[in-house]
Order: sequence, then structure tokens, then C-alpha cells
Amino acid sequence: MYKEKRMDPDTILANLGVPGWGKLTIFLGAAAGVGKTYKMLETARDKLAEGFDVVIGYVETHGRQETDALLEGVPVVPRKAIEYRGRQFLEMDLDELLKRRPQIALVDELAHTNIPGARHNKRYQDVEELLSAGINVYTTLNIQHLETMNDIVAQITGVIVKETVPDRILETAFQIQLVDIPPEELIQRFKEGKIYVPDQANDALKKFFRPGNINALRELAMRYAAQRVDHQLESYMQMHGIVGPWPAGEKLMVCISASPFSAQLLRVAKRIANGLQAELLAVYVETPRRFPVTEAEKDSLAKNIRLAEDLGAQIVNLTGDDIAEEIIDLARKRNVSQIIMGKPEHTRMWEIINGSVVDRVIRYSKGLSVHVIPSEVKNIEQPIIEHKGHKGATGNEIHKPFLTVISPYLLSVIMMIILTIIFLNTKRYLGLVNVSLLYLLPVVISANRWGTKPALFSSVIAIIAFDFLFVPPVFSFTVGDIKYVFSFAIYVFVALLTAKLSARLKRQIVNSRLRENRVSALYGLSRDIAAVDTLAVVLQGIAKKVAEAIEADISLLLPDENGNISLQASSGNNDYLNPSELAVASWVLERGQKAGKATGTLEGADALYLPMITEQGIQGVMGVRFQQDVNTLDQERMRLLEAFVGLAAMAINRLKLAGEARRASNLAESERLRTALFNSISHDLRTPLASIIGAVTSLMQEDCIYTPTARDDLLQTIYQGSDRMNRFVNNLLDMARLEAGVLKLNKEWIDIQDIIGVAVSRMDAQLSQRSFSMTIDTDLPMIDVDFVLIEQVLINLLDNALKYSESSNAVSINARLSGTEVLVTIANEGPTIPVSDLGKIFDKFYRLSSPRLVSGTGLGLAICKEIIELHGGRIWAEDKSDWGVLITFVLPAFEKVPICGGLPDGKE
Amino acid sequence: MGKNDGARILVIDDESQIRKLLRVALTAYGYEVKEVACGQDGLRETAIYRPDLVILDLGLPDIDGLEVLRQLREWSEIPVIILSVKEQEQDKITALDTGADDYVSKPFSMGELLARVRTALRHSYHANEENPILILNDLEIDIIHRRVKVNDNEVKLTPTEYDILKNLAIHAGKVLTHRQLLTTIWGKAYENDTHYLRVYIGQLRKKIEIDPSRPKHILTESGVGYRLL
Repeated sequence: MYKEKRMDPDTILANLGVPGWGKLTIFLGAAAGVGKTYKMLETARDKLAEGFDVVIGYVETHGRQETDALLEGVPVVPRKAIEYRGRQFLEMDLDELLKRRPQIALVDELAHTNIPGARHNKRYQDVEELLSAGINVYTTLNIQHLETMNDIVAQITGVIVKETVPDRILETAFQIQLVDIPPEELIQRFKEGKIYVPDQANDALKKFFRPGNINALRELAMRYAAQRVDHQLESYMQMHGIVGPWPAGEKLMVCISASPFSAQLLRVAKRIANGLQAELLAVYVETPRRFPVTEAEKDSLAKNIRLAEDLGAQIVNLTGDDIAEEIIDLARKRNVSQIIMGKPEHTRMWEIINGSVVDRVIRYSKGLSVHVIPSEVKNIEQPIIEHKGHKGATGNEIHKPFLTVISPYLLSVIMMIILTIIFLNTKRYLGLVNVSLLYLLPVVISANRWGTKPALFSSVIAIIAFDFLFVPPVFSFTVGDIKYVFSFAIYVFVALLTAKLSARLKRQIVNSRLRENRVSALYGLSRDIAAVDTLAVVLQGIAKKVAEAIEADISLLLPDENGNISLQASSGNNDYLNPSELAVASWVLERGQKAGKATGTLEGADALYLPMITEQGIQGVMGVRFQQDVNTLDQERMRLLEAFVGLAAMAINRLKLAGEARRASNLAESERLRTALFNSISHDLRTPLASIIGAVTSLMQEDCIYTPTARDDLLQTIYQGSDRMNRFVNNLLDMARLEAGVLKLNKEWIDIQDIIGVAVSRMDAQLSQRSFSMTIDTDLPMIDVDFVLIEQVLINLLDNALKYSESSNAVSINARLSGTEVLVTIANEGPTIPVSDLGKIFDKFYRLSSPRLVSGTGLGLAICKEIIELHGGRIWAEDKSDWGVLITFVLPAFEKVPICGGLPDGKE
Repeated sequence: MGKNDGARILVIDDESQIRKLLRVALTAYGYEVKEVACGQDGLRETAIYRPDLVILDLGLPDIDGLEVLRQLREWSEIPVIILSVKEQEQDKITALDTGADDYVSKPFSMGELLARVRTALRHSYHANEENPILILNDLEIDIIHRRVKVNDNEVKLTPTEYDILKNLAIHAGKVLTHRQLLTTIWGKAYENDTHYLRVYIGQLRKKIEIDPSRPKHILTESGVGYRLL
């Protein structure tokens, strides 16, 4: 929400058009019969003549000849027949229209309610779907069908219109064309019977079509259209940077409750907000005193909240003890400038006792304006709220067995009798005053445990018992006892107060606990799935937890690689997911809108389907199937459900991204290795090759006679070069084999001295040119190793030692026993390795600093490490004092060598 | 000792095998060879040892081979032959443009290297001498009289064609990069327009080669330039 509202985003959209969305043109009229359909058809025909692809989605001519004539030549998408309650109804065929994809679709009567069985509840939802598919739509609408105009029109005409269209549809419409005729002409038409208005009796119509009414409606319609022009002009000016007086960023707050009056309040608030171009905040404060208790109240509240949403208001739910305080607090926090409240019809008396919220708000409203709208509930006929299938709502309508009802009273009587006996016996010590006070006890207990009525009952019994049994003259009622009426009054007062407080406390506790449960469910779920890495586990966890918290069957449907939806996890019973349910889920996945029970779209489904959306897109669909028959969800559960859906979406997204990150890093790593490999091959094969080819070509030169020594040298070069290449190729192959895990160890019991000897003799040529020393402990135990591989390790290490040192540096090998391990150290004098690199030198293709510093593959040490570790040993590097490097490896040794049985010792 | 009168060659290469190879082979051909393993040593020895030719490996550990060349060229015109590896295409060209006389790619044939060493030394010896008529087998180029003969038949060349041939002839045996040729003949503005060069070389070949598709005189050094043999 921007503080400074420069541009109403809806207006921008209307002007720029959402990319891909079609444009909506509304033919608006003051009343039925002004000729909207006619005008629409006329305009459509013009477009058709210009070459646009125009198609009739649904046009109702009501048999009027002139209108019918206009239908000629315009292609029609035939209506779909839907069966409902044994009768056939014809509705617009939305799917066919979407398939047909015309440039312009004509859809009459925007406010129409579809027959159950159609995809959406309302035709305006159908139109929205058409628009989102990129199809332009022409439609017709009467001013009275506008949500915000609904009650004004009712006031004017005395007729309540049931079918309404939310204001946002008009606010985002591309064009509104006002269709208007002089009222006399309209009335004339009516008299001629040319106007058809369904669902209205003739008398009502006669009352409707009076000049006063018509004019008022015309004015409404014209004023609305003018307002639109105003907005458009202003946003045009803003968009083009034309300087003008910008309205200050206003925010309005309207306070709503479960009362049906809130609906009217919301509409008034919206009208004011529209006029001021302000944002609207709808606030509902829950106090323990005014919890919506009955189902009807909860429904009513939900309805009001839905209306607020429809009107584009932001909903805020507050809890607290003091309504006025909470309201003012929020208003200040959110920079609200105006508060709109309804004036309830409580009696003066009630207000004095309970305090008037309106008064308190006004008193603390420093700096804020407060609008108080009087309720006019009594003057308007309320449309009957029909709840389909509202059988057996849970809670307060169960008939309790008779015994449970009676028992508090019985218990009160018993308690009273017991106490009376006690008091009678202790009368002398207590005194009359104390006895009278003590009789409060049972009253308070009753009030606390059983509520108002038993408490009152107890007070009556108490006062009678007291008067009869304790007040002199005992065992009689006398006139002088009248003063004990005051005691009685006090008993009653205490009873009522305690009962009320008790009840309130109990309700508060119940609700708090309920809320706490739900919040902790949310927290528990988020904690659970935060650490989990596997998608399947996470999904299962979500399904289970949500099912517990919401008390419904949950199923999670995710799209597979082809984009088709499939069940991934469920909380248990999921056999309600037949293909038609899956179709609904697919629709939700595609559109990103909720559908199913209690949503207004595809309501025939068994379950409610909610899309799980993050910024990255629609992750999947959550299906919620309630265990009892529910048509409207209470706000609390709905909000919790939405929170869960959001959480689930994030979890799924997170896992998806984590998987991608892992893949990317794997890719990067193998990229790196590949590059290193290429570089290595290129350099380390090329160099020996160069010396070989150079030497060979030298020897092949005809014009030179080499001395024997020279020839020898060249031949040596060839040999060494080839040997190097051989070594390198072997290194590469070994590495490949180690990686693939196919290297098999050929282990035998071998004396390390043996291997060292072989390795040293292989390296003799180079070692003889250096100062080389070998120290091997005597009596080293045998080790169980692969001879060839350990020999290779030694050769690699010796080669390394020679490469990284000068010809003047000494090299040494040392082998000794340490505990149960044989330690072999190869040391060389020479430049030390930086401490930070001591571990890294065993990495594949790792070379100290510049790769050109020393020839070598960078694989040698890596291979050593693999081999040693395969044998269960360890290898590491150290710096030797300050001038040299030591590389040591250990191999596990054994004290006893298993002796193969039966080898004869010498000949016998 | 040997045919080449002990001309001194300094070998700068970090690979001991290559150094050994070059030492053995060049010594056998009568050159006196000194080896160093890094650029710094190379620069120092060039000043102290005063070789007649330097063989410089581009892939040196301490200083970049190109840098060595650049520093060298600041105070010496000593002929330099570059040793390079396949990947270092661009470096090779840059080196030649910076003042190296020729190049050899590893792995190289010893014969090739020896030929280039000879050419480079010859050019430096004869830097001040006038050698007006160049004879290469069947090709005869008279620079003073601007006459070209193939098998004793005079060939008519356009001025540009002649210019190209003349430049190649002056540096006979050595490679000339595209840029060097273009800059010399057309000027600095055209240094990247190799297509011009290719066209003219094609035409030249048609006129002086027996089989233009298998030229024996004007050889293409892929990606680098041309050489007249």
C-alpha cells in the first residue's frame, strides 16, 4: 500500500489493459427496457461489418421484434442445456465460447445468476474468465445491480434487487456506455407491454415505473458514468504527467459485525471511499462479550466479510476487550483518516450500563473524523437469507435429555438443604448476619457451575429458606420481613454477575484454546517441514497436519512433468477424487483461482480446491473435503486453511529450488573438473610428446651425425617422454576406475619393505641423482594390501618429492610401526607448502598456485589418497621444520599373520 | 666444431625434457647452447651471455613469455623464436607482432626448428647487407628492378601483389603475420582486413606457383600469416 496514492492501480489496468486480457464494454442503463441490448447489438453489428469476429454468447431479446431483427447475421454459440431439479435450463456455453475464441463476445445481463451445475455461480465470473482468455466482451447491466448502489436503489424504488455485481467489474471495465431515454418514453414502453422484467409482479412493476423513480435512477446512472469519466480523465492526466490537484492519500475504516446492518454500512463506506478515491479498511473486532455464538451469526459475519472483500476492502480482524480502544489503535497505526461506524439500535438503558462504543470512539478519536450512520434496518425488507442444505447445524440445537436440564436445579436444592441443616445447628455461634451472608455461597456456586437460571433459582430458594427458617419469628413469613427484599436483590445481583462473568470467562477460554490449537498446528507444521528434505515426506506431513487442524480430508495434487495433475499425498480417505474432481483440480491449477464447495465456482464438487501459489507460480492444488455438510466456512477456519496453503506452497517451492540449486552446483562442479581434466591432458600429454617427436625427428635428420652420447641422450629423452605419457595415461585410467568404483583390491599379506624396494628401484634413475636415504624399522608386521596399488602410491609420492624439490635437495623414505599401524613417510627438502593448502593438495587436479609451475597431472596425490583410503588408511601432508615437506600414510597392520595351514617347512 | 660456427643460442623453457632435447640436438649441429628455466634468468642471460638467437617458450612460470619478449625488444633486436602450444594461438600472433621473428608449435619436428633457426640467424647476419636478387628454386625476385621471374619467365604482377611478394621475400623463410603484412602494405587502418590479403595471396599464387592449390613458395601458416620459402 503506498502512502501517497498517485494512481489507483485498477485504473491503470483499465487504461493500459492487463496484457493478454480482453476489454470489457458495459452498456449501462437506469432500468430495464431502456434499450441496452438493442444498443449492444447495434454496436456489435457495426463491428461485424468492420470485419471483427463477433459472436453471440448469450443475448436475451425477450421476444421484442426490433431487437430480434438485429440478431440477423450475427453468429451464435448455442446455449448449453443444464438439467436442474428435473427441468432443462439453457445457459451460456462458456467452454464452447472459450474454444471458439472470438474477438468480441456478446453476453447479456451481467448480473444473472447461473443455474447450479454451471461452472461459476454468477455470469460476471463467466465474463471474467472470458476476459482472462483474451476475449473482448460486450455486456449489459442495470444500475441497480451494482453492489454499492443496491441499497440506494432499494430505498428509491422499494424493490430489492437480489442479483448484484461487485463494483470492481465496472471499475476495471474498458468502457461504460450509458444508454438513456427520457422517462416518459420509458413509461410509454412499459404501458405498451414492451418491457419484460422477470421475477417481479405486475403491481410492483407499476410502482417501479413512475416518473420519480425513473428520474432518480437516471440520475444515479448518469452520476456514476460521470464519476467514471472523472476518474479516467484524472488518471489520464496523471499518466501523461499533466499537473493537477492530486487527492491526498486517504484511508477509510469501516467497522463491521455480524449484524445485517453491516452490509449497508459497507456499501455506504465504499461509496464514500470511491468519492474520495480512498482505500477502504473493514475492521471486525471480536470481544468475548460479543462472540458470534450461533451458526446464523457466524454465517452472517462471514457473509459481511465476503461482501467487504467483494467491495475491495482490506479485512482486518482484531481481538480485544474494548472495541473502541482496538478501533482507535488500529486507526492510528494504519493512518486512517476517517472512521465509519453504525449506530446500533440499543436502548438508552443498555447503553448506560454497557457503554456505547460509538461514544467512546468519538471521544478518543482526536484527529480522526468519525461518520456515524444510523441503522435503518426496520425500514427495509430484508431479503430472506436462504441456506441450502442447512440441516442439523452443529452446536446449540441439539435437544438435551431432560435429566441433564433438571439436574442443576436438583443439585441446588440438595446443596441448600445440606447447608440449611448446618446453619440451623450453628445458628447460635454465627448470628443472623453471617447466616444471611453465608447463603450467598450456594448462589455463587450455582452461578459459577450452572449458569444464570440455576443461579436465580438458588437465590430464590436461599432467600425463602433464610426468611422462613432463620428470621424471627421463625417458621413464618411476616410483613416485617419485607426489608429482606434487599437481601434478595443482592443475592440476585450477585448471582447474575457471577453467572455472567463465569459464562464470559468460559467462552473466552474455549475460544482461546481453539485459537491456540489452530495456531500451534500452524507452528507445528512449519517447524516440521522446515528441516525435511524430501518432497514426499513433506507433502505427507502437510496433509496429515492440516487434516488434523481443519478436521477435513486433505489431498495434495501436484503437476507432473507434463503439467497434468496427480495425487501426491493425502491424509487418509481420498476416494472422493474421481475424474470430475480431478478436472476441477486441473482447472484450479490452470487458473490459480479457488473452486469447489462454498466458492462460487464449480460448486457442485465434493471438495474445496485451493491453489498453492508462490511468486514462482502455481505449485499445486490442495483439496479439502469436509466431514460434515458445510456450505460456508467460518472465517477462522478459512483463514487458517489459507495460511496452511501458503505454507505448503512455500515448502514445495523451497524443495524445488533446493533441488535445482543442488543440480546447478553439481553441474558447476563437474564443469570445473572437466575443464581441469582438459587442461591437464592438453599440457601433460603434449609436453612429453613434444620431447619425443623432437628427439625422433632429430634422429631422422639426414644431415647430421650424432655422437654416440648425443644419440643416447636423444633416445633417453624418447624413452622418458614415453614413460611419462604412460604414467599419465595410467593415472587417468586409475582415477576413472576409482571414480566408477570398479577398482578391485587384490589384497595379500606383504612386507612393506618389499614394496618400498620395488618402488625405489623403479625410480632408480632419478633417485640416484639425489641424496636419498631409506630407513625401515626391523620387524615390521605384514600388511594386507594390494601390492601394485601401494607400489603406485610410493612411486607417485617419490615422484612428487622429486618434482617439488631441487637437485640438491635430499629425499628420504621412512617406515615404522606406530601402535597397530604401519607409518610410511616420504620427505623431501625444498619449498614448503602453505598451511592452508596442506589438505587441498590431495584434491583432484589441484596444483599449487600456477598450474604451470610444475609439470604433473595434479592427479598423483589424489590417486594416492583414494588408494590409501580404500585400504582403510589415512594420508596427510606436513611441513618439515622450515624447509621441506613430509607426506605420511598409515595402513592398518596386524600382529599375527594368519598362517596357511600345512605348508611344510623344508623337505621331509 | 660443426657447421654453424658456434653461433650461441639461449634456450628459455621450464620443461627440462625440452631443454635437454634442444641442447642435445642443437649442440650436435654445432651451436653453442645455454639453458635457463625461467623468464628472469632468460633476460639476465641474454644480457650477460649475449647469444645470437633466443628460443623462448611462451608458457613460462614466473613471467609471461610475451612479457619477456617485450622487455627484450626494448633494448635488443636479437632474433627470437617462440615455442608455443596449440591453445596459445592468440599469444603466438601477438608475439610475432611484438617482434618475435618466428615460431614453432609443440610438438615440433627438429628439422623444422633447425630450418627456422638458420633462417633467423641468416637474417640477422645479413641485416645490413644488400641482397637484391632472391632465388628460391624456380622463383627469382629482383628487388631493385622490380622484376619477378618463374622458371626464367617474367611474370607481370600488380603493384600490390609485388609489394606483398617483396615483403615476404625480404623476410624469406620467416613468417609474417596478417597484421604485419596488412600494416606494411595498406596501412594501420586495414590491419584487421585479412580478407583483402587472402584475395591477393590467391592471385599471387596463381601467377607464381606451379600448382596454386599446393603452393611450394607462399605457404600459409594457419591462423597466423604467410611464409615465403
